[in-house]
Amino acid sequence: MDYATLLQILDSTIRLATPLLFACLAGLYSERAGIFDIGLEGKMLMAAMSSASVAFLTGSVWAGLMAGILASMLMAGIHGIASITFRGNQLISGVALNFVASGITVLVAQRLFGQGGRTPPLEGEARFHPITLPFAEELQSVPILGPLYHEVISGHSLLVYVAVLTVPLTWWILFRTRFGLRLRAVGENPAAVDTAGISVKGLRFAAVAITGILCGLAGAYMATALQAGFGREMTAGRGYIALAALIFAKWRPVAALWACLLFGFFQALALRPDVVEAVVQVKIPVPFLDALPYVLTVLVLAGFVGKAIPPRAGGEPYVKER
Amino acid sequence: MADARYAIELKGISKAFGPVQANKDIHIAVPKGTIHGIIGENGAGKSTLMSILYGFYRADSGEILINGQPTTIPDSQSAIRAGIGMVFQHFKLVQNFTVLENVVLGAEEGALLAGSLSKARKVLTDLAREYELDVDPDAVIEDLSVGHQQRVEILKALYRQADILILDEPTGVLTPAEADHLFRILKGLRDQGKTIILITHKLREIMETTDNVSVMRRGTMVGTVKTAETSPEQLAELMVGRKVLLEVEKKPAMLGRTVLKVEDLRVVDEHGVERLKGVSFEIRAGEILGIAGVAGNGQSELLEALGGIARATGKVTLKGADLPLSGKGSDARSRRAAGIAHVPEDRQALGLIMDFTAWENVAFGYHDAPEYQKNALFMDNDALRADTEKKMATFDVRPPIPTLAAKSFSGGNQQKIVVAREIERNPDLLLIGQPTRGVDIGAIEFIHKQIVSLRDQGKAILLVSVELDEIRSLSDRIAVMFDGRIMGFRDPETTDERDLGLMMAGMTGKGEAA
Repeated sequence: MDYATLLQILDSTIRLATPLLFACLAGLYSERAGIFDIGLEGKMLMAAMSSASVAFLTGSVWAGLMAGILASMLMAGIHGIASITFRGNQLISGVALNFVASGITVLVAQRLFGQGGRTPPLEGEARFHPITLPFAEELQSVPILGPLYHEVISGHSLLVYVAVLTVPLTWWILFRTRFGLRLRAVGENPAAVDTAGISVKGLRFAAVAITGILCGLAGAYMATALQAGFGREMTAGRGYIALAALIFAKWRPVAALWACLLFGFFQALALRPDVVEAVVQVKIPVPFLDALPYVLTVLVLAGFVGKAIPPRAGGEPYVKER
Repeated sequence: MADARYAIELKGISKAFGPVQANKDIHIAVPKGTIHGIIGENGAGKSTLMSILYGFYRADSGEILINGQPTTIPDSQSAIRAGIGMVFQHFKLVQNFTVLENVVLGAEEGALLAGSLSKARKVLTDLAREYELDVDPDAVIEDLSVGHQQRVEILKALYRQADILILDEPTGVLTPAEADHLFRILKGLRDQGKTIILITHKLREIMETTDNVSVMRRGTMVGTVKTAETSPEQLAELMVGRKVLLEVEKKPAMLGRTVLKVEDLRVVDEHGVERLKGVSFEIRAGEILGIAGVAGNGQSELLEALGGIARATGKVTLKGADLPLSGKGSDARSRRAAGIAHVPEDRQALGLIMDFTAWENVAFGYHDAPEYQKNALFMDNDALRADTEKKMATFDVRPPIPTLAAKSFSGGNQQKIVVAREIERNPDLLLIGQPTRGVDIGAIEFIHKQIVSLRDQGKAILLVSVELDEIRSLSDRIAVMFDGRIMGFRDPETTDERDLGLMMAGMTGKGEAA
């Protein structure tokens, strides 16, 4: 495998890791606050459909992005009401919302565009386009690093850079701010937060809202940047992969970045069976490569990566005791 | 107009939960700068009253005055603002946070943490010096002992500038030394002008620590007296509403032949740590052997090994017959069949299934007893319910309703259900752990009587308790455990608390380290 091929694979790794990273950080806020969210997938799907539809109808990718975020926040709000206000089972609420999203996205897209549940392809201002970072062209001739900068670091859509910057931002919020301290506390021991005179519900709703925003970004990125339009079930389990990455990262933001890049790398490999064959000298069937990220997900969820201790109050509705 | 002599004054507080009147027309006045005890049995309404003071519940009627000012406390934030700090029985700490983070939580100075943390660090240093409240500010809570965790709770309240500190059953989880330290801290706080409300059911603590004491019974306040002018007997009578025997009455032991013989018993836990390091003893018929010790020194493992819950090595004989310690015949069911009854230490985890009814719980462990079977396929649930009703009557379980879920009974009545189930089987050996933990004073008296009467019937009893008073009053012989070993045996008539306390801390009776 030559250097150029490696760079190509790393380039797709970053593009494919971006929706995972948004979704993974989305899950991080929610789960750190003690609300399990298996519905990342559904929120992404809703955001993908809404953003593609609105972007197509208005011709503005920004309007699409807003619509995606709002749709995802709406779903998050329902999950919040079910699991915070009414203390419902968080897994069931999440699964139900995934089903709803799976059906309603196709229904709405079909109703609007009559193209078998897809949106028409997005063009021009209705999509995010790659941006070239400063000096990418000029530095291209620098050995090793020049092409790395030009091919891998530069040339992604704006949302990719937003995703990467969200990692240090999340770390800072979590460990350096009052909000972060309270957020972590409410996921570990809501009674401690409650007796300190802080609203448990308020904090959890805030966390769920952030989850909505980030899932909205994940879905919008998929439909308006990674691809040019919405297609049925286009998230293809990325919400679950993001959850696996979150567990792999032990609910820590920086580790989440690495976990998502690893999953993204496997997805990128599946796109280049020729390279894999050249490296391992054996022909590996494409379906097997396609399955790799999911196999890794199963291994992570089954606990093969060491003990991951989730936030202690996760999944438990808070009931005030005497 | 404002009467500022009192830190807290409650006038006519009432609170009902549906048909249950938890607090009825409560009047109480707590003078500033005193330690005020509130005692009462479980369910007397102490916790409800304190929850009203801390803003968890709103009273249906009545008035709260803080420092003479009428105050409404709709939520915990208002309570904190009014200068009230609460140390709950079950600590409200975030286990994987540092001491500093726990103290700061909810009392941060601004949106960023750095400033708050450094301020808190300084305040903690000052408080530590002033009140013997030293805790490492950077220690993580889960690495701290319960005594230290409790100090963090007190520090939390003081950091929020509480003038009134309420402590709910603070010594339940502490060793005697830790409890003494706590009371020194409380007295120090009082001398600095803080007002302290101490909720407990332990009469000795009330007598030793408080200035005044209020007694609650069934939702009402039956009286407030000066501690110096009362006695434990009078308080117990006020609490229960009748005369109570604080000392267990028992005849001299009539010892028979050896029932249980344990030689070099060892238990290794799932992490490979040896918890029981070669324990040997005998119990004879008609004898109560009390195991004293600070919790976590191998007592639980001893009960589990003998009860058939944990695997062990060594040699155990019951009435001359060998008991298998691992493999076939070493399970709890075989032990019951062999004549060993077991009242586990943690009744809610091991003794009962809380969501199941009383009669179902009475069947557990004995569900295959012939009298509970209708035929080869079905159990005779009617017989079981009738049997449960009979046991409930004998053991004075209230309310005597077999179809009520276990969780609906008070702690004392739950324990009576377990004790009834085990004792009524007429075992040769009774293993009983923490028989009166979380049990109110009336039920304690009853359970103690049952244990003594079983012994008088010529049965052997192994009693494990962290309550030294209980061990001393019930046992015919005391063994003290430390670090998985028995440090020595003592006669309860000739030993004293100091001697036992030294052994519990790992010293031999002669004051040498083991």
